[in-house]
Amino acid sequence: MKKNIFYLSVLLFFTFIFTIFYLGLDKSNFYKPKEVKNKNLEEFTSTELFSNKQFSSKYIIENNNFTLINIWSSWCAPCRSEHAILMNLSKKTDLNIIGLNYKDKKNNAIKFLDELGNPYSKNLIDADGTISISLGAYGVPESFLLNNKSIVIRKYIGPLTSDNISEIIKIIQ
Amino acid sequence: MISSHIGYYSLLLGFIISVSLLFYSIFYLKKNSQKINQNIFSLLFLQFFIVVISFISLVYSFIISDFSNETVYNNSHSTKPLFYKITGTWGNHEGSLLLWLLVLTLFIFLFIIFSKKQPVKYRLLSIFFQQIIISGFFLFLLLTSNPFNFLFPIPNEGLGLNPILQDPALAIHPPILYLGYVGSSIIFSASLASLIQNNINKLWATHIKKWIQIAWFFLTIGILLGSIWAYYELGWGGFWFWDPVENVSLMPWLCLTALFHTVIVLEKRNLLKSWTLILSIATFTFSMIGTFLVRSGILNSVHTFANDPERGVFILIFLFSLIFLSIILFFIYQVNESNTEKKFFLISKETSILINNWFMMYFLSVVLIGTTYPIFLEVITNEKISIGPPFFNKLMVPFLIFFLIFMALGSNLKWIKDNYKNIKYSKIILFFVCILISFYIVKKTSSELLFTSVLGAAALYLLFVNIREFLNKKNNTSQTISHFGFGLFVLSILLNSLFSDEFSANMKLGQELVYKKEQIKFSKIKSIDKENYKSIIVNFEIKDDEKNITSLYPEIRIYNQPNILTSEADIKTTIFLDKFIVINLIKGEEIFNVRYQTKPFMIWIWISVCLISIGGMLGVLKKN
Amino acid sequence: MIRIVKYILLISFFILSFQKLSIANNISSEVDKISKNLRCLICQGQSVYDSQSDFALSMKILISKKIKEGKSEKQIYEYLKNQYGEWIVYDPEFNRKNLILWIFPLILFIFGGLLIYRKVFIN
Repeated sequence: MKKNIFYLSVLLFFTFIFTIFYLGLDKSNFYKPKEVKNKNLEEFTSTELFSNKQFSSKYIIENNNFTLINIWSSWCAPCRSEHAILMNLSKKTDLNIIGLNYKDKKNNAIKFLDELGNPYSKNLIDADGTISISLGAYGVPESFLLNNKSIVIRKYIGPLTSDNISEIIKIIQ
Repeated sequence: MISSHIGYYSLLLGFIISVSLLFYSIFYLKKNSQKINQNIFSLLFLQFFIVVISFISLVYSFIISDFSNETVYNNSHSTKPLFYKITGTWGNHEGSLLLWLLVLTLFIFLFIIFSKKQPVKYRLLSIFFQQIIISGFFLFLLLTSNPFNFLFPIPNEGLGLNPILQDPALAIHPPILYLGYVGSSIIFSASLASLIQNNINKLWATHIKKWIQIAWFFLTIGILLGSIWAYYELGWGGFWFWDPVENVSLMPWLCLTALFHTVIVLEKRNLLKSWTLILSIATFTFSMIGTFLVRSGILNSVHTFANDPERGVFILIFLFSLIFLSIILFFIYQVNESNTEKKFFLISKETSILINNWFMMYFLSVVLIGTTYPIFLEVITNEKISIGPPFFNKLMVPFLIFFLIFMALGSNLKWIKDNYKNIKYSKIILFFVCILISFYIVKKTSSELLFTSVLGAAALYLLFVNIREFLNKKNNTSQTISHFGFGLFVLSILLNSLFSDEFSANMKLGQELVYKKEQIKFSKIKSIDKENYKSIIVNFEIKDDEKNITSLYPEIRIYNQPNILTSEADIKTTIFLDKFIVINLIKGEEIFNVRYQTKPFMIWIWISVCLISIGGMLGVLKKN
Repeated sequence: MIRIVKYILLISFFILSFQKLSIANNISSEVDKISKNLRCLICQGQSVYDSQSDFALSMKILISKKIKEGKSEKQIYEYLKNQYGEWIVYDPEFNRKNLILWIFPLILFIFGGLLIYRKVFIN
């Protein structure tokens, strides 16, 4: 009897492991950070691309109801395709869009904006990429929607889609 | 084109032979014949031969760059050097599974030839169980990973082999590793057979021991080759990263090492029967678990195979069928442990082997849970965590101290019962001397002084004890060499991790930097076009405080197909110190990121693993 | 005995010749140490230390900035976990969720010890 129970529990144990492994097969093995909502954005200061003046993030964000911080770079191909959507957004709404120019060369960045238009009210430089990391970003492009208390309402990893845009418009109205 | 046909139909034929062998072995088992029928020999040989043909036809497709074959298209390129065209055969999922089959069929064939003295029924049963595994792998190959899929229209050019796999050490790493990793299947089949036959005794132990030692030897060398490759090719200067792919080769190794010792107890004392069987079965089960974890893509690893959930499901079901089969067989056929009057005495060789097993199982459980826990956590709570070196070090290293001491004290005890008095005072004095030496060496390292000196002392102690044994010559040479090797291994790793130093900076041509007592000069740069890559070679001159100049030539290779950049480190090895330098391009500039490392005792890590495995091999060669 | 002493002397002599070796103790070695324990989000099989991706390179700069600000190793891990989740650190926390991870091997060890005890002293 004792023996039977022992073997039964061994079988059950392995069945459990089997189930876990089986369910595990469905999970993606690629990690994406969870979308953390309602988190405070870390403050930073940086130089503006055109005016060379120093700005603090707090100052920019608190003077507007909503702010969209968009991390971009001239060497990043998805940013190029995303740019039209951003242009559109800046024309349609009076949303304060801040560019964070990630690991870019100044000339290339300016050329990029000359060519494709400038949707940003300010363009801050993140030359070594550390500002983006301190915001919890993943790569380029990535966007954060903030309210005037520096709280992250939405975070978009990868290029913005038109669905994202309609969501943003809904929130700011 | 033709070769793919030949390869594919060979596989089909091989599967049919496998199924017929399953029936044949049952048929002859029922007939109670005194001899193994010649038909079975012929079929086994034919099966092996056919897998060889299938394998050769795949190699041939790689050599002639036959891109109508999907595997060749995905993993080869016509400009690749011939050597890497050949080795590319097993550098991918499908080809490496064909290699699996080759080893599986080779081992059962050899096993039947070399087991003539064993009972007929036992041999037939071994064939039966091995054919279950073989037919499972045939099905796996044919259904989910056929290496001979056709492509139409035929592409002009292949996608190429990942450049980091184009390397001599990695070319021979899989075949050698598999001889151990897959070779353990024969131990699995033979133990299930002996469980049913109920012939688990001293004779069986003597016979299976050779197979355990052979599998263990190749597994050890295979892991060593993988580490050496990681050391110089991945360009990070490390040799073990606790990556899932590495862990899954370590698990069967730990299990096999425990088995290696336990089977000696069975051989000498006719004890620990069921434990020996459990370990035999577990070893191959861990090989299968490893295959599942790596090939299904369930874990994230540096070395990824193209994965596909279908494959994962197949392997998973197959793996657990083998596990359940073993459990049920254990339930039906009870193992008769020999009379309980035989005692284990505290001071005896068998107890010290039990202690070895105790630690081995502990290390195994750490590796196992460290590798699979993220899967459990994700399925149950939907959270992801990473488990890396700090976890393994925290749980393993403290136990290593006791393990080393037990190893030094226990391995030369006598069987049945030894005396306290045989543990001489000189050994205790020796231990304290070791602590002093070790303390002296590590005193410059500020952190965890006590802990590291005790660990160092334990390794040194094992080293000295074995040197003494070796000089006495009374003892088992193969054991002494392996154990000495293990002491040296731990000591080299410890000193290596304590005294490794590194420096990294961005440099350009002509620049000179001083780091500590050394001067590093970026003296030359040139670029060369090779067969399938363009190479940028940089020359660094390193001048030490005695004005000796070492020239190092790290390289950046720009492969054409696939278009990948690799950094080739340059390493100057001397007996005490490796100088390791690797460069990386910084985006679009003439500046290179230079990482220069000095790694003491590196070569001793490799030598010590060689010693460990040579000791094991001497055991195989020794006549009983 | 005398022979042992001879060997020990020989080996200590070897070791003495190593006194040149010393331990690095500066910011860059601290960054290496920390970045070895962090997992890169872009090439996920690698640590930040090993990776050459833009993400990893910026991460290393950020770590050295944090060290200069006077943050401790632990504070930096906490900070990054807060940004990217627990996944980024190779060293899992000892908490309720990971309890089994940490104590399973230890329980097994105790259990194994009991089995051996029974074999040797009771049987």
